[in-house]
Amino acid sequence: MNNIVFFPILLPLLTAVILMFFRNIRTQKIVSVLSFIVGIGISIYLLSTVHTDGLQTLNASNWDAPFGITLVADMLSSILVLTTNIIAFCVLLYSFNTIGVAREKFYYYAVFQLQIVGVNGAFLTGDIFNLFVFFEVMLMSSYVLLVLGGTKIQLRETIKYILVNVISSALFVITVAYLYSVVGTLNMAHISERITEINQPGIITVIAVLFLIVFGLKAAVVPLFFWLPRSYYAAPAPVLALFGALLTKVGVYSIFRTYTLMFYHDANYTHVLLGSLGLASIIIGVIGAVAYWDVKKIVIYNIIIAVGVILYAISLNTDTATNGAILYLIHDMIIKAALFLLVGIMVKIAGTSDLRQMSGLIKDYPVLAWTFFVAAISLAGIPPLSGFAGKLLIVQGTIETEAYFGTFVVLGSSLLVLYSIMKIFINGFWGIPKDTVKKPSKSIYTMLVPAIVLVAISLIIGVGLEKILPYISQATETLMNPDLYIDAVLKE
Amino acid sequence: MEILMAIVIGILFTCATYLMLSKSILRIIIGTGLLSHGAHLLILTMGGLKRGAVPLLGENAASYVDPLPQALILTAIVISFGVTSYFLVLAYRTYQELGTDNMDLLRGNEKNE
Repeated sequence: MNNIVFFPILLPLLTAVILMFFRNIRTQKIVSVLSFIVGIGISIYLLSTVHTDGLQTLNASNWDAPFGITLVADMLSSILVLTTNIIAFCVLLYSFNTIGVAREKFYYYAVFQLQIVGVNGAFLTGDIFNLFVFFEVMLMSSYVLLVLGGTKIQLRETIKYILVNVISSALFVITVAYLYSVVGTLNMAHISERITEINQPGIITVIAVLFLIVFGLKAAVVPLFFWLPRSYYAAPAPVLALFGALLTKVGVYSIFRTYTLMFYHDANYTHVLLGSLGLASIIIGVIGAVAYWDVKKIVIYNIIIAVGVILYAISLNTDTATNGAILYLIHDMIIKAALFLLVGIMVKIAGTSDLRQMSGLIKDYPVLAWTFFVAAISLAGIPPLSGFAGKLLIVQGTIETEAYFGTFVVLGSSLLVLYSIMKIFINGFWGIPKDTVKKPSKSIYTMLVPAIVLVAISLIIGVGLEKILPYISQATETLMNPDLYIDAVLKE
Repeated sequence: MEILMAIVIGILFTCATYLMLSKSILRIIIGTGLLSHGAHLLILTMGGLKRGAVPLLGENAASYVDPLPQALILTAIVISFGVTSYFLVLAYRTYQELGTDNMDLLRGNEKNE
């Protein structure tokens, strides 16, 4: 029992409520920044507590597990909560100069905090129905963030986004109901224990696949990704960064959790299915990333590739591959946020997101160009940046399990990712500057700072891997041995 | 009883799917409403149906039904109520801004505007 587990959820929630009472935008900004600084502090404390004392749990209202709602912070959750807070902080700083007074007046900052409540909650909960509730918190605020501003494209795409998510939520409820009728419990640890007792009969495999559909819709796995490129395209840059970095990753995390903790007995079926969908996502994502000439679209399709790589690594189900999956997940959250922020700046100064009408930005904006370059090679996985280590471990995992087709696809995708992102660099930054390009101003540089911070973190992860690996392998240990999780939750 | 409920839920899902495949936003929203009704009934049925018992009457009660599905439904109803009302307002605003409620015309074009 440790109350600290609850704070990453409580803090943004309280901040959101407080923010609604301030009409003054400057005050709202200060309160948000303070809240995130405290939030990052709390997440670091949580991480170090989990590192030294092992899994932390909290039974809400002192209802013993499995009867009440349990919050569980294992290593994976703690790392992700910290990453979420850091990214959200950077995106918040970026929003100050970009989001505009119109959106700020309609409680952008409050909704922003609620979004973080949902994401952190989804990472920390140990109860499957509670996971659904936090998904809804997250989705509700994402509906608002997506439509805030009310331009035509936003309204049009939000309708489709809501429709897709309402269907997937209904499916989530249905799946939880099925699971409840089979195992009679909602606590994830308890579910895992009971599934082991009955040795995963066919009906549980069906439920596992249903969960894959539900979370796959959130994570944008092929063939359930069709909603993502267009609705994310409609969002303004900071919101796009927040969605691209966090929302799909919550889906990935949920698949991670359910497939390692609960549905691991019939790996020949479920994990092979997961792996094939992962590979398909990589291939389709690469085709999209290479085909488009729109900077936002290229990076958006890169989300789908990354999700595919992580899911494929999860499906391999070995220590090395899981290490790689976690590392790549963290890397991808950070670098996607950085890229979306940088692309946002590019679109702002060039006045278009079409690469064919963009050129020569490097002349006036050398810092932007080189930050983008570092982010781009980190995305493609060139050492010593963070993308390299994750991909290396994943490739090692594919060779260990003799899944050479996977090795081929993962490595081949890296090459094409590099191509797609260098296409932005070459067409956007090189060449003769156009007259339409805005001259450098102070606000552009204040927008650049958060992106540089994120890229620097990616560099630090890459260089300081020795220091970070013990945390990652501790996370993997809990994931690969569900008994550790079950004991910590049920036998305290 | 469970079989009957299963058929009812199946009919709800069928109607919901049919409505959600239509072009008018309003029909689609009604479809999502039916879909969530079906899902809620499903939770209730999955907890097991019993006649003449209440969820909890103290520890010595002779018979009681599983209270958990009812708590879940309550949560799910509140959420779907919120989402549906938001969806309706959004649909109206979209109609005002874009002048159509036909999903075919809301596709967007190459320029995405």
